[in-house]
Amino acid sequence: MKTLKYITYIILLGLIGFLGTQTSRAEEVTGEYILKMIDDNVYLDKAMTEATMTVFDRRGRELSFKSRGWVKGADTRLVEYLHPPRQKGVKMLMLEDNLWMYTPEPTDRIITISGHMLRQSLNGSDLSYEDMMENSQLIKSYDAKVVGKEQYNDRECWVVELTANREDVSYHSRKMWVDTERWLGLKEERYAKSGKLLKRLEILNVIKLKDRWYPKKMRFKDMLSKGKGTEYVIDKIDIDVDIPDHMFTKASLR
Amino acid sequence: MTVLRLAFRNVLGAGLKTWLNVAVLSLAFVVIVWVQGFYDGVNQQALDAIIDIEYAGGQFWHEEYDKFDPLTLEQSHGKISPDVQKIIDDGNAIPILTTLGAIYPHGRMISLMIKGVKTDQDIIPLPSHVLENGNPNLIPALIGTRMAEAGEIEKGDVITMRWRDANGTFDATDVEIVEIMNTIAPSIDAGQIWIPIESLREAMQMPGEATVITVRKGFDVEIGEFGQFYFMLPEKLLEDMINVMKGRDIFWMIMYVLLSSLGLLAIFDTQMLAVFRRRKEMGMLMALGMTRKEIVGTFTLEGALQGLLSVVVAFAWGAPICYWTMTTGFRFGNLKEGGGFAIPTVVYPEYSPQLVFGTIFILMFFITLVSFLPVRRVVKLKPTDALRGRWS
Repeated sequence: MKTLKYITYIILLGLIGFLGTQTSRAEEVTGEYILKMIDDNVYLDKAMTEATMTVFDRRGRELSFKSRGWVKGADTRLVEYLHPPRQKGVKMLMLEDNLWMYTPEPTDRIITISGHMLRQSLNGSDLSYEDMMENSQLIKSYDAKVVGKEQYNDRECWVVELTANREDVSYHSRKMWVDTERWLGLKEERYAKSGKLLKRLEILNVIKLKDRWYPKKMRFKDMLSKGKGTEYVIDKIDIDVDIPDHMFTKASLR
Repeated sequence: MTVLRLAFRNVLGAGLKTWLNVAVLSLAFVVIVWVQGFYDGVNQQALDAIIDIEYAGGQFWHEEYDKFDPLTLEQSHGKISPDVQKIIDDGNAIPILTTLGAIYPHGRMISLMIKGVKTDQDIIPLPSHVLENGNPNLIPALIGTRMAEAGEIEKGDVITMRWRDANGTFDATDVEIVEIMNTIAPSIDAGQIWIPIESLREAMQMPGEATVITVRKGFDVEIGEFGQFYFMLPEKLLEDMINVMKGRDIFWMIMYVLLSSLGLLAIFDTQMLAVFRRRKEMGMLMALGMTRKEIVGTFTLEGALQGLLSVVVAFAWGAPICYWTMTTGFRFGNLKEGGGFAIPTVVYPEYSPQLVFGTIFILMFFITLVSFLPVRRVVKLKPTDALRGRWS
């Protein structure tokens, strides 16, 4: 009888211990923690990428653009188009909130893209210049709340709701399905202040870069328009690259 | 006197040849004057329409606002100063807030200007009172026929409208098209949507702000600065448009040259033929004692007389036509576009004395010139060669 009592105590203690561990794990996975993990994965301190953007228009036509980009921190980025021929040599330089676009010969001109133009569609895609240049950390602009756990594309995901904690962000709120192991937002919905769904981003394929996971293939969709969206594929990425500072100057655009 | 009499007799004696030239020249005269009058009428009516519909008694513009640069719109808004607010409160002005945004009719994105206007205004002939109708849960919106055609939008349609607020954050909502207005002014129609100003101020987080303030026609405002705004009279506001219209004069100049060339070519041909076919006549006149200069004068005068005759004929048949179109107008049906300018459905041409007499003077000068050019050779002509029908 005593033995049975001891066994019961041991089982109860074990159960309490197990539940306690689980509770502390759940507490660990806060919205803030998830955002930090995503930022650690996605935020690039410095990198060189080659990417292909494919725009699917309403009539089903496909337009592909190849580009090479260099990133340094949150607000320094340079993109050079490699294809199609009519876009070849076009460069975009972002320094903080400023964006300059260089068009090669015969125009050989640098124009400033600012204000409303930053929100215009990039080459008819579902991405704006702003979206294209975005490399800021989510944790600096959003408060996050974990609202559940769901399967998405056979991956277990945290469902996280983000609400802007600053007034000057493009999207007031976002909803993300974050891979519980790889810490990438496999699906993201971006909302207007009114709560209307504006854009949806899906990560279709990922790659491992040393100790982090990074999106390889993404699909953007402007949810208000009937287009078939825009696919963005990273063909090549190098995060160990040394990028000289002079590359991120207006003078180097020419 | 002999030269004049001889030239006159020759012109009348040429019969059908003269009347054909006169017919072509008079046609050129009438068409030039009619087209130019029509063009002047269109321009004047377009300017009048813009004053009536858009500028009224003048406008206060925000210091950053540039009508021809939509990229300035983001910064072009500000609080209205107390003295301007008083004019608004007295019912002598209306504030208009403008921003850039997009609508999505049938899933297609169309970038446009979103304009906020008071619904109970009577300062500009915009049917803004209709913005008090519609579904109370939706923002009522008013568009023009051009915008409706561009977006294939119909009255009663509910479409999504997207914009950025003062901080740059996206916002979007559904709006109901409560009316599609028919206006001759593209400047209040093409690429824009009108909603109640209070709805736009709330959406943009810009309480009490405006981009422009339109003053009632006839209400006097001193020209100058009023806080972040400055006032301009309609004449000043139309300056850019008048310059653009002047730029388009090139098209009409080409028309002018083409039409007048037709008449001038007829005269030139006649003179060239005359010089070759009437050499014996020239020799005869020289033998009878006429100087070479008198002969050149006679032939030149013949051309000029044909020009004068064509002016008389043009008046005879052209004046009634011009008068009729001037009084009854020229109906265009539903055509309203004119490269960004308003073209009324009924155009009333304007024939100013400068236009009529200016055209006569210019054409007469060139008729005389082309009459003279072929007969210059006569100066070198020997009477004996001329009598034999040869050139010296």
